[in-house]
Amino acid sequence: MPQNEYIERWQKQHGKRLDHDERVRKRQAREVHQQSKDAQNLRGLRAKLYQQKRHAEKIQMRKRIKAQEEKNVKSSAPDEPSKTPLPQYLLDRSQATNAKALSSAIKDKRKEQAAKFAVPLPKVKGISEEEMFKVVNTGKKTHKKSWKRMITKPTFVGNDFTRVNPKRERFIRPMGLRYKKANVTHPELGVTVQLPIISVKKNPQNPLYTSLGVLTKGTIVEVNVSELGLVTTSGRVVWGKYAQISNNPENDGCVNAVLLV
Amino acid sequence: MSTLLPPPTKRQKTEIAEKARLQQEIESIPDNLGSVRVQFFDQATGSATGPAVSVPVADANIKNLETLLNTLQGNEDDERVPYRFTYQSQDKDNQTIDILADLYHSLLQPGLRTTEDTISLYFTPQAVFRVKAVSRCAASIAGHGEAILATAFSPVSSSTMVTGSGDSTARVWDCDTGTPLHTLKGHTSWVLAVAYSPNGAIIATGSMDNSVRLWDAKKGQSLGGPLKGHAKWITGLAWEPYHVQETGRPRLASASKDSTVRIWDVVSKRIDIVLSGHKGSVTCVRWGGMGKIYTASHDKTIKVWDAKQGTLIQTLQAHAHRVNHLALSTDFVLRTAYHDHTKKVPETDADKVVAARKRFEQAATVNNKIVERLVSASDDFTMYLWEPESSNKPVARLLGHQKEVNHVTFSPDMAYIASAGFDNHVKLWNGRDGKFITTFRGHVGAVYQCCFSADSRLLVSSSKDTTLKVWNVRTGKLSMDLPGHKDEVFAVDWSPDGEKVGSGGKDKAVRIWRN
Repeated sequence: MPQNEYIERWQKQHGKRLDHDERVRKRQAREVHQQSKDAQNLRGLRAKLYQQKRHAEKIQMRKRIKAQEEKNVKSSAPDEPSKTPLPQYLLDRSQATNAKALSSAIKDKRKEQAAKFAVPLPKVKGISEEEMFKVVNTGKKTHKKSWKRMITKPTFVGNDFTRVNPKRERFIRPMGLRYKKANVTHPELGVTVQLPIISVKKNPQNPLYTSLGVLTKGTIVEVNVSELGLVTTSGRVVWGKYAQISNNPENDGCVNAVLLV
Repeated sequence: MSTLLPPPTKRQKTEIAEKARLQQEIESIPDNLGSVRVQFFDQATGSATGPAVSVPVADANIKNLETLLNTLQGNEDDERVPYRFTYQSQDKDNQTIDILADLYHSLLQPGLRTTEDTISLYFTPQAVFRVKAVSRCAASIAGHGEAILATAFSPVSSSTMVTGSGDSTARVWDCDTGTPLHTLKGHTSWVLAVAYSPNGAIIATGSMDNSVRLWDAKKGQSLGGPLKGHAKWITGLAWEPYHVQETGRPRLASASKDSTVRIWDVVSKRIDIVLSGHKGSVTCVRWGGMGKIYTASHDKTIKVWDAKQGTLIQTLQAHAHRVNHLALSTDFVLRTAYHDHTKKVPETDADKVVAARKRFEQAATVNNKIVERLVSASDDFTMYLWEPESSNKPVARLLGHQKEVNHVTFSPDMAYIASAGFDNHVKLWNGRDGKFITTFRGHVGAVYQCCFSADSRLLVSSSKDTTLKVWNVRTGKLSMDLPGHKDEVFAVDWSPDGEKVGSGGKDKAVRIWRN
């Protein structure tokens, strides 16, 4: 269980308060009043920050309304028959135009043994330990011995990670640099889909970085492709697949990867 | 303190379960029940066969009943016929029960009948031949440049097959050697439907370019130009059954997206009749053996037409969404006409017609009446079983699928209905009353088509998950898994003589499977 989900855990164990729904309803009902009060009464920097936040929220809201309206509109133009040949019984069906519904034709071309090790980025620039780790020296004992390290690169931290006692904690992986999803490109289809990362399989820099889950350029990660609907030739659903990170996540603020097919 | 044994591990538990499953106690029949009187009736005519016979309960299993019935009918040793027995109660509810293994477990133990009564058993002959489950890929033939959209075996034998493809050609294959025979070029767009004429001489293809073309099946040459008339693409083809054809003037029905069905005179290449009346795309057309044409459409209705005059006889309404597919109980005999498992072809044309009619009547006769049942699959997740001859109302509603039902077939002996749905399941239903029998689970993608073997004991289904699966109808279990296609399998057909299965799909390769 992730460490911060203590409320969910408590609710699983003991259930919700009997008046939970009522309280949620009331809180939601009061929310607009609170917003209105804040908008009228806040002054100075707080007002500025508040207006910025409201502005961003309203943009999101408008976008969502627009998307909803577009979805509801029925296209009057006759459906363009698909380019790929389809049998009669699939012709008049609205195909899932979702880019995620990939064809499995291009999917598992069983590569020969040599190709297994051919990855899009065969070589990466080395990263020194000095660059990777910052020495933490807060507190007297830590300062004296300097054994604590902070990782300065983006990391993937598994869902089931639990922190150890800070006294024994050797590596700190900052919350702000953690990633759970990667934008994965299918090289042959040219389709990019955002997929959850399952694990870090190999960091070419150092086996230690692999175990720490550091995401640098060239790292092989395992991603969850179950929503792509890929099937093996024997008819089983594929759900985990490897991808190689193709950008510098620490510079870009996102993880881009190429699927290894 | 006594030692507490640890709870059994998972491995131990599975071992115990496996053992229990294998060593299931043999269901024995008590031998103190004496005998029971059995009266046999022919399911086709409803007439009694021989006098009521007294049979010891302990020995009253299917095998012995078969032997008894064969003796009663005076069949020689070399012409013994396997039978299926059903029991029909005389009460108001009029339920029918299949005798699965023996009389004791089917009738006496549940208390439906006692040993005091005379049990009337209705028998139907089963196929005297047995089709083996296909188990390996005999050939994977490349040739088509695009996905394969339709496939059909020749009614004559399993050695030729035709496939229609997205590369706007149809190809005829020699399935014995796994080589291409002919390429049928002429269409300008995808070939969506292919159909062999019942005598196997002509191939008809329907295409996205709104035309139908006819080809000589032997030589692979075009018979005249395209048959033009439809305003939109062709969705289905149906040949006039052999025994109702006028001599030398076979006809062909083509269903189209433009909501009409056109009946073509194959010899003069002209439109004979246009059946218009549907308000939406016609998805499926079937030509019945009693001179009726059945059409299903996106406008939620099924219409029954007279094939002679082209007049509308009935409109069957019950579905709540578009109707995807139709199957006739006599589909198999109509498709194969006079070709039966003995592979003896009558000499003259007149004999052929007689043989085809005889086969049709033999298959369709129930209680001295020729009955043609119809089952329709729809997007409203249900199917309906109809008997258009007797009523406008459906016989039964077949509920159970959880997504659109794409394809439905009758087994050649008319005892079962199989339906393939987008909910990854194939379901099996009783062909007589539409009762649910079993679900074949195993596919992990939408199931597109399914096809019975000629002896109705096996079923093959093709799916989006790139596999074909062969199911055993009797046990309801997977008989064979056939992986091999690299992408979705759009079309599958089991040859009428049961030797081979042909399939094709998005990976552009035709595969031929055999045992």
